[in-house]
Amino acid sequence: MSTLEVKNVTKRFGSLVAVRDVSMTVAKGELRAVIGPNGAGKTTFFNLVSGFFAPTAGSILFEGRDVAAFTPQERVGLGMARTFQITEIFPELTVFENVRIDTEVAAGYRLRPWLSRADTAEVRRRVEETLALAALSSKANRLVGELAHGDQRAAEIAMALALKPRLLLLDEPTAGMGDQETYEITQLVRRLHKDGNLTIVLIEHDMRVVFHLADRITVLDQGSFLAEGTPQEIATNEAVQTAYLGKAA
Amino acid sequence: MKPELQKQTKQWVRAAGVAAIWAALISAPFWMPLFGGYTALGTRVLVLGLAAMSVNFLLGFTGVLSFGHAAWFGLGAYGAGFVLKWAVLSTPVAVIAGTLLGGIAGALLGALLVRRRGVYFAMVTIAFGQVFYYIAFQWSSVTGGDDGLRGFERQPLDFGAFSLDLLHNDVYFFYFALFCFAVAVTLMALILRSPFGRTMIAIRENERRARFLGIPIEFHIWAAFSLSCFFMALAGALYALLNNFADPRVFHYSLSGDFVIMAVMGGMRTFWGPLLGAIVFVVLQDYISSVTVNWMSFIGILIVLIVLFFPRGILGLIEQRRAA
Repeated sequence: MSTLEVKNVTKRFGSLVAVRDVSMTVAKGELRAVIGPNGAGKTTFFNLVSGFFAPTAGSILFEGRDVAAFTPQERVGLGMARTFQITEIFPELTVFENVRIDTEVAAGYRLRPWLSRADTAEVRRRVEETLALAALSSKANRLVGELAHGDQRAAEIAMALALKPRLLLLDEPTAGMGDQETYEITQLVRRLHKDGNLTIVLIEHDMRVVFHLADRITVLDQGSFLAEGTPQEIATNEAVQTAYLGKAA
Repeated sequence: MKPELQKQTKQWVRAAGVAAIWAALISAPFWMPLFGGYTALGTRVLVLGLAAMSVNFLLGFTGVLSFGHAAWFGLGAYGAGFVLKWAVLSTPVAVIAGTLLGGIAGALLGALLVRRRGVYFAMVTIAFGQVFYYIAFQWSSVTGGDDGLRGFERQPLDFGAFSLDLLHNDVYFFYFALFCFAVAVTLMALILRSPFGRTMIAIRENERRARFLGIPIEFHIWAAFSLSCFFMALAGALYALLNNFADPRVFHYSLSGDFVIMAVMGGMRTFWGPLLGAIVFVVLQDYISSVTVNWMSFIGILIVLIVLFFPRGILGLIEQRRAA
């Protein structure tokens, strides 16, 4: 069974059709990149999958279950987690506290009035494990709002990881980053995918990142499906080149 | 300094600060007269301080601004008054009944409120609060109308072997109020340090992120709102006992505004700030109102200065200085 199966989804905003009849199937353990020129509908597509809003038509199957009508928190409960293009964190809390909240929510402790010593220690252990995975251990006690942009992105990914997702959705993980930061985030995503065997879907503008990471690539253009294939196939696909570079004169 | 050591020092300073606050509160009846204060003024600070901390429980830690919390304060006050006047001559029963009346009413109406956000939420809370104000004002046969609810007084606290005369001994009543304050404030602190408390802070910090962590935002805001209503109603019940009287103006939105002012003035991201705000507010009110009826203008100027120059409030400023 595939982890994610998007079938013929359409999203209309009034008369504007932002996503038109797009389908995509992501296998377990796969890293899929969704690319497309500006206005291709990538972010809308992403918001449909993560539950930011419901599709006008079509279905979204996560591990065989149609989640199209589910709220974000229900999807998180099933094992989907996402990050945002514009970093969404808890700026006035430390890195540790940011990840602790997610860890506790994932453990089902969100309404607990108190935690036993053993539970507290277990949460702490898991937070430290997640921070180590995201290479943030040395910054655990810093306020997230004061970190460099790249570290904030890493912290946001760590927050998503704390939810123990089986599908991780990354919305432009390297947006606004310099070369060094881009490299580090790319390495992080690669580790999660290869070592953690995590199924990942990401949107990305930086083609070096996409071609370095992705198992398969889905290309959208003007809200519609344009092409799908391995990085090699996409690199040589004429329709894709036309969409990105305009029609050859 | 090593970060670990720095953290420990910070915790020590914090613990010492909290110990100093409790020491000052417990010894208040003894040192206040030295500065021209009197015990009932101290009790007033405690009661209004608890109310401001309840507003701040929601405003400072969940990020939700209620401009109608006087409603739950007022229900607490009238609830306690009704019990003493018509039902049971017992101070503890009156306090518990008032707390339950205001808290349960707040929890029920809160369910209708939590889908609103920001200024819309504040507007709807004002509207609900005013409904209670007009009920208290118009329903004279029950509430005493404009004259307020009279004809009850706080009863002695009976311990079997001995009893404490809360009515004629202000110091005894101060300690009774301090006991209730301590219970409420300890509960607040425990809630804020629990996983649930951390989800409240998560919602304040970033609602969208919190939603995508799988936190059902509306339910958590409702729970925080309801808890703050119970604390608020407790303060209201104590307020009625302090005055042996419940005035319909305890429901008025201007009192809700006073609580918000205390919280903002003292520092709304801090736990103890609203108590500090209440001290400044009540003491200024007491001293300046004996000189001029326009005491509110002075509070107004003060709040403008604080918002302009110390947006984190008095205690927020102190904490920032220390962190820097």
